Amino acid sequence: MAEITDVRINGRGGQGAVTASRLLAEAAILEGQYVHAFPNFGPERAGAPVTSYARISPEPFYEKTEVYEPHIVVVIDPTLLDDVPVVEGLRDGGTIVVNYDGEKDTLVKHFEGVHANIYKVAGSIIATEEIGRNVPNLVMLGALIKVAKLVEIESLTKVTLNRFKGVLGEKNVVAIKRAFEEVE
Amino acid sequence: MSGVRQVVGMTGDEAVAHAVKLVNPDVVAAYPITPQTIIVERYSDFVNNGEVDTSFISVESEHSAMSACVGASLTGARVFTATASAGLALMYEILYVASGMRCPIVLAVANRAFSAPINIHGECTDQLVCRDASWVSLFGESAQEAYDETILSFKIAEHPDVMLPAMFGIEGFIVTHALERVETLSKQQVEDFIPASRIVRDRFCPDENKTFGSLVLQDYYMEIKRQQEEAMQNAFKVTKDAMQEFSELSGRKMEIIEKYQLEDADYAFVSYGATAGNAKAVVNRLRAKGEKVGALKIRLFRPFPSLDIFQALSGIKAATILDRSATFGSPGSIVQTDIASALYGKEDVPSLHGYINGLGGRVLTLPEIEEVYEMSKEYNNIGMTSTTDWVGYRK
Repeated sequence: MAEITDVRINGRGGQGAVTASRLLAEAAILEGQYVHAFPNFGPERAGAPVTSYARISPEPFYEKTEVYEPHIVVVIDPTLLDDVPVVEGLRDGGTIVVNYDGEKDTLVKHFEGVHANIYKVAGSIIATEEIGRNVPNLVMLGALIKVAKLVEIESLTKVTLNRFKGVLGEKNVVAIKRAFEEVE
Repeated sequence: MSGVRQVVGMTGDEAVAHAVKLVNPDVVAAYPITPQTIIVERYSDFVNNGEVDTSFISVESEHSAMSACVGASLTGARVFTATASAGLALMYEILYVASGMRCPIVLAVANRAFSAPINIHGECTDQLVCRDASWVSLFGESAQEAYDETILSFKIAEHPDVMLPAMFGIEGFIVTHALERVETLSKQQVEDFIPASRIVRDRFCPDENKTFGSLVLQDYYMEIKRQQEEAMQNAFKVTKDAMQEFSELSGRKMEIIEKYQLEDADYAFVSYGATAGNAKAVVNRLRAKGEKVGALKIRLFRPFPSLDIFQALSGIKAATILDRSATFGSPGSIVQTDIASALYGKEDVPSLHGYINGLGGRVLTLPEIEEVYEMSKEYNNIGMTSTTDWVGYRK
């Protein structure tokens, strides 16, 4: 059976969670992988919690369900930690990647009792410094693919430059690479 | 580009829009409705950018959209539109006009639940209830099948032995808005598959005196309806041949029903659309546990492939029919009753267990599908030959 990785991206409306799952999936397609990536559509508004998903496998697969038990959760907005059960459904021993600029110990303590690999990167700071705006969606993908190795960074930067032409794309690539280096 | 097979990431809606672009129909008349909107939105971009030379007619409702399609089609134009749920219901009256006037319009349906309560998510009832409207009707499981069926539908509808409209459905969001890999075709491949313009025997044009859509009462109405039935029967062979030709063209096997691990199976799932993907995933899980089970996917719903389904299910003990549609007070779920009719009186056929599930975007998870599989086996073991249950809801 195909080795499938289910990724859930938790963000807030307007932060680009949907774009993030799409570009992650496009990068995987570029590598010849198989994907099913989609947003969770509901009555979303700017600022309200939203989720999007990417199901990725090197082999063809048939599943067409929503993602209830992700292997990986990416948290784009640190304020979600107190508002939303971001680890809901996370598989035992799964991975959490959080946009977080505090101490790692504090973050680990937040997830006390959760059996998971916890990573953080200061996504908002990186996005603000490198892109000029606090839009850390693609930044978080840089951190994700460092720790989960779903796609090569070259594939991610390629689809990013394809989606965002010119300076914006280049700035995002710089930010992705920085997150890739700085995730801990 | 010609002949080069490319892989592109596209949602189901985008796949339809891009496939229509290759076909480049003369007229698209449409009204937006979620989860179809992206199809006509993208297509209007193509029109605006001059990438196609389609006349795009914006209308004020789906009733008008289908009416405009009928008018355009009668002039000999190649016509496309798309809708969903309430939009399809609003078209319903004109669906019969389109088929009765033998307009080979192609309609993409982003299958969505009916109101009330209002809901925008996936469910196939909207398309299934158009079963008697004399439209060829197909379902797709993925963005790839959406892409392929878009192109295929023109071929079937416009065939001189058919000349009926065709609709194909993909489920809202889980297919329409989900990104998947799609192998695209070149413009040349599509032009080789369908003629550059429709073959028109008779058409409405300003310099000839003709009447279309005249009053026909007891004298000839029934003969005209009978011709539609004969055209629908012809659509079997035409669809099979077109799928065969498309398979050769694309390198992707396409059949009116898809058989997955059925050869040695004792039990089978029967489904259509996205659910068929989940059924195959469950077959893999059950096979790993030693269960002799397979899956049958129905791609062509009208004309209903009775004989093919009978042959595919012959020798199976029990069939679990996963029907993502609602019907009330019926002797079975919608597709189940068709299958029951197809198998009635025949020997060596399975017991039929219909499960109404997945309404309004509700997901019947893979473990739940395994549970209903066990239910079917149990029903079969105690000698029940026909059951219908609602599953996957709070009791």
